[in-house]
Amino acid sequence: MHKPLTLRILSSLDGKSWAALGAFLALALLVVPVLNLGTAEDSAFHISAYAITLIGKIMCYALVAIAMDLIWGYGGILSLGHGLFFALGGYAFGMYLMRQIGRDGSYGADIPDFMVFLDWKEIPWFWSGSDSFGWVALLVVLVPALVAFVFGYFAFRSRIKGVYFSIITQALTYAAMLLFFRNETGFGGNNGFTDFKRVLGHTITSPETRLVLFGLTALFLAATLIFAAWLVKSKFGRVLTAIRDAESRVMFIGYNPLWYKLTIWVISAVICGIAGALYVPQVGIINPSEMSPANSIEIAIWVAVGGRGTLIGPIIGAFVVNLAKSWFTVSFPEYWLFFLGLLFIVVTLMLPQGLVGLWKKLQEKNASRKGTAA
Amino acid sequence: MTKYLLILLLCVSTLPARAALDAAQVRQLTAEDSSDKVAAIRQLTQTADPDAVRVLKAMAEDSLFLAGDKAVIIDGDKAFDAASGAPIKMPANPESPTVNNRIRGELASALAALKLFDADATVRLASAQKLQSQVTPEMAPLLARALDKETDAQIKALLTLAHAQANLANTDPAARLAAVKALAATSSPTIKSVLLPLTEKAGEPDDKVRYEAIAAVKAIDSRLAIAENIGRAFSGLSLGSILLLGALGLAITYGVMGIINMAHGELLMVGAYATYGMQTLFRAYLPEAIDWYLPAAIPVAFFSAALVGVVMERTVIRWLYGRTLETLLATWGLSLVLIQSARVLFGAQNVEVANPTWMSGGIEVMPNLMLPWNRIIIIGFAMFVLALVWLLMNKTRLGMFVRAVTQNRPMAGCVGVPTSRIDTMAFALGAGIAGLGGVALSQISNVGPDMGQGYIVDSFMVVVVGGVGQLAGAVWAALGLGIFSKLLEGWAGAVIAKISILVCIIIFIQKRPQGIFALKGRFVE
Repeated sequence: MHKPLTLRILSSLDGKSWAALGAFLALALLVVPVLNLGTAEDSAFHISAYAITLIGKIMCYALVAIAMDLIWGYGGILSLGHGLFFALGGYAFGMYLMRQIGRDGSYGADIPDFMVFLDWKEIPWFWSGSDSFGWVALLVVLVPALVAFVFGYFAFRSRIKGVYFSIITQALTYAAMLLFFRNETGFGGNNGFTDFKRVLGHTITSPETRLVLFGLTALFLAATLIFAAWLVKSKFGRVLTAIRDAESRVMFIGYNPLWYKLTIWVISAVICGIAGALYVPQVGIINPSEMSPANSIEIAIWVAVGGRGTLIGPIIGAFVVNLAKSWFTVSFPEYWLFFLGLLFIVVTLMLPQGLVGLWKKLQEKNASRKGTAA
Repeated sequence: MTKYLLILLLCVSTLPARAALDAAQVRQLTAEDSSDKVAAIRQLTQTADPDAVRVLKAMAEDSLFLAGDKAVIIDGDKAFDAASGAPIKMPANPESPTVNNRIRGELASALAALKLFDADATVRLASAQKLQSQVTPEMAPLLARALDKETDAQIKALLTLAHAQANLANTDPAARLAAVKALAATSSPTIKSVLLPLTEKAGEPDDKVRYEAIAAVKAIDSRLAIAENIGRAFSGLSLGSILLLGALGLAITYGVMGIINMAHGELLMVGAYATYGMQTLFRAYLPEAIDWYLPAAIPVAFFSAALVGVVMERTVIRWLYGRTLETLLATWGLSLVLIQSARVLFGAQNVEVANPTWMSGGIEVMPNLMLPWNRIIIIGFAMFVLALVWLLMNKTRLGMFVRAVTQNRPMAGCVGVPTSRIDTMAFALGAGIAGLGGVALSQISNVGPDMGQGYIVDSFMVVVVGGVGQLAGAVWAALGLGIFSKLLEGWAGAVIAKISILVCIIIFIQKRPQGIFALKGRFVE
């Protein structure tokens, strides 16, 4: 175990995976910008702004899915409240974006429009510093981490687990949603934050800004994947998996599961928060419905569809489900909920290991057939 | 009305010996100026004479005229002298006085006040009740006279109040003091607002009366607060019984099979839509028995929800035993399918379910505390269902099997309990109880595809707090959460109440991770 950290990180993925990751980054950082900016709109190779926003959005969801997989697939703890951390990160960064509007709002005031509407005269204390990018970037990490730490500490300390934990996290995000729906809470109530103009002084809707955000999301997704791969193969990750499989035995050996669970829970929340912060400038809106229990439970189905306990699974799941969602809601809006509902049922009944598990099973079958033939 | 008037007039005209009204006063009713008319109406009211009723009624019905210098009442082709009521010759060209809205209002309250002297006690009672909100200082002598004559205790109490209210503007401080003292014993917000001006120096020069008024307002306030809190506790009780109906089913399914059924709220919805369906059927085929649709809906809702439950259990849930987290996701999927099915079948809008007539209205305990019948009936219904479930679980063979499976599934199977059939039965029972909850819910809230979603989190909280598989736990937790959240709502608003309850539950679970009534033994884990 005396390998340097960089080497250990390098060895957390095999050669094929590194190649795939490199190809993905090349695609996101080079091919997509060229095809978006460098081709004519009617060209067959043109990638539209809509497609970039959609893929960017889904990459944020994929980040959330990885975070969910870390806690559910590797930690065995099903959270139905991850939408809360996502929304908290989004709201934290949304505060900065609201301040960047400056005097260009419809009231031309120094404070965001909804505060004018509430007849507030100045920025409330919890908004102070929100015009500084550095402070807000810190908030994006700290707020979800703090909420997750406090909640997780009490929940794990009293050994709440299984469905009890799931239900309580659902109630947590539900309560937070109600809180953010109130106008007096100071985060825009029902409408949340929208009508952003600039980010770091650049127009938020310009193609270049969009591509930069897209590239950043892709980079962060790749980085999270590498980090997660290293984490689950480290000693920490192995103890975590052991806790998932037999908590009592791990305790008898002498580990305290509390800190392992709490660490992965906070890491997971932070990844969600950053994903939310990347999501808001790309989509252009954040409102309390992101915290609805239904949204959070959908995150679980992305992971389940892809295959939990694997790292590529959640990404596949997030892409498959969300692409299906954007296709369904445009073509057959009536049937989307039927499809989603059946997806929940079919995946849990027939595909407990998700698409990745199915793929592995098929491969094994092929291999054994070849084996018997030879 | 004209007939009534005619009979009245005939009676009066056959009794010429009766003292007539002051002719000048009656003449003033037809004066040019509205203020003169108002003054005349008030003076006539003071006489409390049945004849005044006759004249004022005629005026309200536009049959009072001015002929020469006399007020006459013209009814069809007959004419009477207004003051004496004696028939006279039809005058040549009677003039109709203007009766504008102000006069009409004055006439209406005058007639209402005069009803205090009606021979019929029920008419007097109604009039006294109506008067409570529109007492004016001028009525004081009239009320005093009515109070003198009154024999009925209930009417007398009402009149005393009204008299006291009218006396508040009396010039004599002693009379005001007596009035304030009389009013201090009431508990109505209107009387409080009448007394409020007297608590300030500008409104009440006499110190003694003012202090008495301040004390009276305080006394009324505290009584109002008590009533308000009782009202809150009551609505908490009714919320608790709805939660109980939701949680009883969950307690059974979670207790027996250890599965979390996220589609439980949608089973409530099935019950509510079954009620809606029965209402539609009754409207179409049995409109004369429409009030009975609700009792008829109870078995229908129970069995339709139970049927949905059986289908759910047989097709999905039974394949997932022992994998609770997966069951949670699969039942969530089921709930989405059920919601969308309701949308497709009944439309995305809420449907209208009306209260039967015997459920509308309520019992008025205090002037500002009304206990609505529909909530009282729901509380009773929840008790009834609770009793039924208790009997079923404790006194029947099925209940014994269910309890056996809850306690130790492999052992129960070994001694011959058909565990898989018990699972289906228990799930159907839980679903059916949710359906009954839907019937109750349809009477107090909207019936729509999303209605189940709002109750699912609360129902789970009840199960979490109450402890798994415990009827007693579910009862105490449901009532406790219901009352606690309604009381908190009154003080802090709905959202803060919800959040603080969640925080309380998390803290509570720190102390008692297994709920109020924990199962004891090795299989607890």
